[in-house]
Amino acid sequence: MSKNLIEVEGLKKYFNVGKGKVLKAVDNINFTIREGETLGMVGESGCGKTTAGRTVLRLYEPTAGSVKYNGTDIYKLPPGKMKAMRRDMQMIFQDPYASLNPRFTVSDIIGEALDIHGMAGSRAERKKRIEELLDMVGLNHDHATRYPHEFSGGQRQRIGIARSLAVNPKFIVCDEPISALDVSIQAQVVNLLKELQDRLGLTYLFIAHDLSMVKHISDRVAVMYLGKMVELAESEELYANPIHPYTKSLLSAIPVPDPEVEANKKRIHLHDELGSPIYAAGEKTNDSDFELVEVSKGHFVAKQYA
Amino acid sequence: MMEPILQVKDLHVSFFVKGGEVQAVRGMNFEVGKGETVAIVGESGSGKSVTAQSIMRLIPTPPSRVKKGEIIFQGQNLLDKSMKQMETIRGKDIGMIFQDPMTSLNPTIKVGKQITEVLIKHQKMSAAEAKEQGIEMLKLVGIKNAEARFNQYPHEFSGGMRQRVMIAIALACRPALLIADEPTTALDVTIQAQIMEVMQDMQQKLGTSIILITHDLGVVAGMCDRVIVMYAGEVVETGTRWEIFKNPQHPYTKGLLRSMPRLDQKKGEPLIPIIGTPPDLIKPPVGCPFTARCSEAMHVCEQIDPGATEFSETHMARCWNLHSMAKEVQFV
Repeated sequence: MSKNLIEVEGLKKYFNVGKGKVLKAVDNINFTIREGETLGMVGESGCGKTTAGRTVLRLYEPTAGSVKYNGTDIYKLPPGKMKAMRRDMQMIFQDPYASLNPRFTVSDIIGEALDIHGMAGSRAERKKRIEELLDMVGLNHDHATRYPHEFSGGQRQRIGIARSLAVNPKFIVCDEPISALDVSIQAQVVNLLKELQDRLGLTYLFIAHDLSMVKHISDRVAVMYLGKMVELAESEELYANPIHPYTKSLLSAIPVPDPEVEANKKRIHLHDELGSPIYAAGEKTNDSDFELVEVSKGHFVAKQYA
Repeated sequence: MMEPILQVKDLHVSFFVKGGEVQAVRGMNFEVGKGETVAIVGESGSGKSVTAQSIMRLIPTPPSRVKKGEIIFQGQNLLDKSMKQMETIRGKDIGMIFQDPMTSLNPTIKVGKQITEVLIKHQKMSAAEAKEQGIEMLKLVGIKNAEARFNQYPHEFSGGMRQRVMIAIALACRPALLIADEPTTALDVTIQAQIMEVMQDMQQKLGTSIILITHDLGVVAGMCDRVIVMYAGEVVETGTRWEIFKNPQHPYTKGLLRSMPRLDQKKGEPLIPIIGTPPDLIKPPVGCPFTARCSEAMHVCEQIDPGATEFSETHMARCWNLHSMAKEVQFV
């Protein structure tokens, strides 16, 4: 078994929402990601999955907790060292329309990362590297001089992937990389991500709300609910034997493209509307209920339901 | 086939833009029966939303124009109606739900007023009657504490709740037809399932016909009677949901089904994507529009548009490989 590349311990990210209240977007979550592994993270809007992804990369300063990358606590790094660390840790964003600068050409977008980290070398080397990256994500060399608006959604996402790969990262947080794309294009992008992982030995934190796609790409899946992690297991195991009622409810809501299955499906209703992760400042939440307990090998669930 | 409430015949819609004429819809034909749910499935740019908006006469003219065709709704051609006449049909006889519940409600007007507006205009109700009916509608779509919610603004509702409000508005006048354009695309799976249940429930209670526009085949399998698969402005396959899901014929439909991950799929099985991107509709291909992305394409596909091959009264696909003269070759 390979070693843990990412170790997240007691990670909390609270936002002050005024009137003495705090939003506990990420509340005491723990997980590890092995080298070369894909950890899927699912949950509804507002469950804190995007905040968790961003905090792991230190795009947000955490409220408490630690994230170790290869044994180094990244929250303790001074700015200079953190910048160097960012070469290893990259992100692919959800919205390929909003995450690319419309005034930059593709080569500017990809090259910017190289420039910032001083990896560009001579002009010819820079060009060569950009072309190499374009090849890697299945775009043509003559795409380099074009602007983002000239591309379709799927192609833009490929540009976003090339940008994040420019600095040779080891670990990539993919924040809903396919949810803005058409079904026929989603499979293209997912296959590309898998192929790059095999070729470059990447480690992914794959955040999404499309549970069937998460199952497809992930080795293990974590379920988030209102800022807490409620269940974590190998993906096959999680989908076959969900324990937490929230996981069950999520799984039963997946539409299946098969009328036979749909006709016999029982929906498990948990709630009409989500609860709220907003608490009065200083209010104690019952953390012990949400401690993850291992119920079978590698299958963790919040203590209340263990 | 039930008595049709809507018939779309040979509909052509184009957008006239700087670069030329974008032929968004190129000869759509379909019918919707009374109380039936019909899904129109296709990817971005396939013309599904333009078709829906043409039925409502909501496409902006210019730049777009219906070039040809008929839209017969309850015996009348909607394309002959004046904008004034359309106003009495929209909201009253045909309701519409849009994709984004965040932007399709007016943020400065209380939810209650947005529901009663249609009732007062179309049903000539008094304010008090409309309020009573409005609250009734909110209850019907499953909003708890409807009396209090009636006086709230859209920002006080979550995405799923807003979409319920949209459904309440669209169905307030008991329209004969409801057009739902990607009603759940912006929502989480759990909320999506709830909204689909609300729509099915309302259909049973009110007997409304529904046109559901979506790119997600999963949603379709659960609730639609018939499915229309659109590609590049044309219908490439239609059939009952059983025919489409259990016995798809067109390579595009098959490709769509194969490119979706399924929960019962084995670990490590790669997804089979549809390669490439849809054609540019400024210069639509002469032959079958799917040729460039099709693994089964032959020479004839590029040059001549395939006609319809019928498999049953309800099942039709347009592909040369299905033609009775096509070589007896087995494709995977």
